[in-house]
Amino acid sequence: MQKIGVFVCWCGSNIAATVDVKAVAEAARKVPGVVFSADYQYMCSEAGQGLIKDAIKEHGLTGVVVCSCSPRMHEATFRKAVQAVGLNPYMLEVANIREQCSWVHKDMATATEKAIALMQAAVAKVTLNTPLTAGMTPVTKRALVIGGGIAGMQTALDIADAGYEVDIVEAKPTIGGKMAQLDKTFPTLDCSSCIVTPKMVEVGQHEKIHIYSYSEVTQIKGFVGNFNVTIKRKARYVDEAKCTGCGACTEKCPSRKAPNEFNMGLNNRTAVYIPFAQAVPKVATIDPEYCIKLTKGKCGACAKICEAGAINYEAKDEYIEVEYGAIVAATGFEMIDVSPYDEYAYTQSPDVVTSLEYERLMNAAGPTGGHLLRPSDGKEPKTIVFVQCVGSRESCSGGEMRGKPYCSKVCCMYTAKHAMLTKDHYPDTDIYVFYIDVRTPGKNFDEFYRRAVEQYGVHYIKGAVGKVTPEGGKLKVQASDLILNEQLHIDADMVVLAGAIEPNKSARPLATMLTASMDTNDFFTEAHPKLRPVESPTAGVFLSGMCQGPKDIPETVAQAGAAASKVIGLLAKDHLVGNPCVAHSDEWMCNGCSQCETVCPYGAITYEEKEFRMPDRTTKVRRVAQVNPAVCQGCGACTVTCPSGAMDLNGFSNAEIMAEVDALCR
Amino acid sequence: MASTYTVTKEQILSISGVDPLKCMRCGKCSATCPSYDEMEYHPHQFVAMVEKGEIEKLMDSPSIYKCMSCMACIQRCPRQVEPAKLVEAIRLGVTRQQERNHLKPDDIPALLDPELPQQAIVSAMRKYTK
Repeated sequence: MQKIGVFVCWCGSNIAATVDVKAVAEAARKVPGVVFSADYQYMCSEAGQGLIKDAIKEHGLTGVVVCSCSPRMHEATFRKAVQAVGLNPYMLEVANIREQCSWVHKDMATATEKAIALMQAAVAKVTLNTPLTAGMTPVTKRALVIGGGIAGMQTALDIADAGYEVDIVEAKPTIGGKMAQLDKTFPTLDCSSCIVTPKMVEVGQHEKIHIYSYSEVTQIKGFVGNFNVTIKRKARYVDEAKCTGCGACTEKCPSRKAPNEFNMGLNNRTAVYIPFAQAVPKVATIDPEYCIKLTKGKCGACAKICEAGAINYEAKDEYIEVEYGAIVAATGFEMIDVSPYDEYAYTQSPDVVTSLEYERLMNAAGPTGGHLLRPSDGKEPKTIVFVQCVGSRESCSGGEMRGKPYCSKVCCMYTAKHAMLTKDHYPDTDIYVFYIDVRTPGKNFDEFYRRAVEQYGVHYIKGAVGKVTPEGGKLKVQASDLILNEQLHIDADMVVLAGAIEPNKSARPLATMLTASMDTNDFFTEAHPKLRPVESPTAGVFLSGMCQGPKDIPETVAQAGAAASKVIGLLAKDHLVGNPCVAHSDEWMCNGCSQCETVCPYGAITYEEKEFRMPDRTTKVRRVAQVNPAVCQGCGACTVTCPSGAMDLNGFSNAEIMAEVDALCR
Repeated sequence: MASTYTVTKEQILSISGVDPLKCMRCGKCSATCPSYDEMEYHPHQFVAMVEKGEIEKLMDSPSIYKCMSCMACIQRCPRQVEPAKLVEAIRLGVTRQQERNHLKPDDIPALLDPELPQQAIVSAMRKYTK
């Protein structure tokens, strides 16, 4: 026979002002099985917990019900308290009489009646509770970082510096990400590649970091501390171990029509290529789409010139499986496709460029060697119009959306940077920036923007560009100036579009593999928007950089470090205490239908052929469900799916739930 | 004369289905408008003035007939505010006014033409005030 104690919390006036706590404690005493009840101002306080502990000792309680706030607030507190005096922590139930009771009701009589019902339900459940013990799982002391941009590199470095092994999986042939493509960085105007390439080298040379470049994650199994990840190593047709990165093959390759991704397609590269001079790993890759040998069977120029004998046209995609304790998503961003914005004539004139293309046109390692030249005729532009918010801040209600509802955050600053750099190199250039709002929150950010206006004379115009028409070698820009209430007509040589930022396309399938949640814009969701900003709600999965939302480089680096510290905190543990509230199957009731296996989101259920001794003394082999308690997260999907009622969840058994419902209906 | 107007902001909003609060004041409507130079009040001002309740000013302005209903502002507005629908609603507001007719009803029979829809005459009578 259970001996149950009921403890009713006032929560100051939070509960006591609406619920007659004395009446609840009084009613508890009449419930069968309850041998003790009390009320107190703050049950969660030291004194309140002491009250519970003393009662357990004095009355030999076998179960405890605390009527207080949501179990999300203090279930852990009270479990610890009862455990301290020798009671199993799962012999405690919290009846929430605050959030959905005292806070939502005004009338004391009805609120008290509801609180009593909730208390009775909790007592009914705790009567059937059984002691549960959490299992321990070991932690694989290796982390996986998906994405090798500045976010992924910084996270990997910080984890590796703490002494743990880290693998980076990068889809491109080199790490470095978008930052390697940028010319200068705001607000200091220091050279982007000068600060990012040493980091790439550091990552490449770190003894604890392994880079899987030109690779993709294709499958993720397991759970926090024990992930099993399949990595697809795409055929690069060049042996990474043999290639010295001399580049002789790239000079010989006769196929020179492949668009150069590193230069945003503004020029072409050869079919065998090294993305840029400082690539890490500095290894050539053959683009199978453009390689003459791979498409037509003839050529082989690169194999002939390669002294290291690294070229292998027979290479195939390889799949490797690696165990990890933690996974960091650092998949980064892309700029949206601006071609649906017909009014800006992006597809009609090569002189209408995106800001990332402009970045390459300014870059000394870019297609023009750092001379700002119009893509159409190679002349220096004299008048440049910058268009802000192309696809950012668009309405998301109804209709077909071309853009994104959010502010892309970095465009205002990089446009000020582009304008200033352009004026620096070509002072007689006329620059117009059309803005809706100039958003510059950040250290030295507004000063930076003001410098563009006051020192460099960049024309900032509050208004929008309505249309761009290529005509007679010029771009006719029609725009509004809202301050002067005028419509402007500008003959521009170039138009630069600050396209919205969107998460990398690989993020959505990755989130599905990770069972990590995303928002409607495909940014990863954080476990708590304020207090757990670098963790995914899925245990063991962490977030770094733009994949969580638009941010600039310093913010990305800060977040990358934060994610690394969370990973280190996890990998530093030898064991993780599991959740004992997992499913189990009654093998005698299981009919082998496999529905639970299909519905389980964690892959925790498998089927086994087992021998059973039947009542007629024969032996029968039956197919029955087995739950791996280390993988099961206790979601309960299998228990409601099971047609024969064989599946049950520890701590939330069918009998316990029904007892609660019965108590409420009584 | 203006005091005889009875069209309210609420009526304009209800006729047009436009919510001016969705406007983020980017001015793309006025940037895109081909009739901009002919207009006293420009598309973005229609949105701001309706929000402010300055319906009479708009009804009195020839701007409402300068709008060619090309719908460029609707197509390009990033917030789906649809300024051209406001202009049309103001035009309708004028059409629906009583006692401001340019034509006298007695003059109408002489103007009737089997080729001309009667609705056009009634509409013209109300629209073309002096």
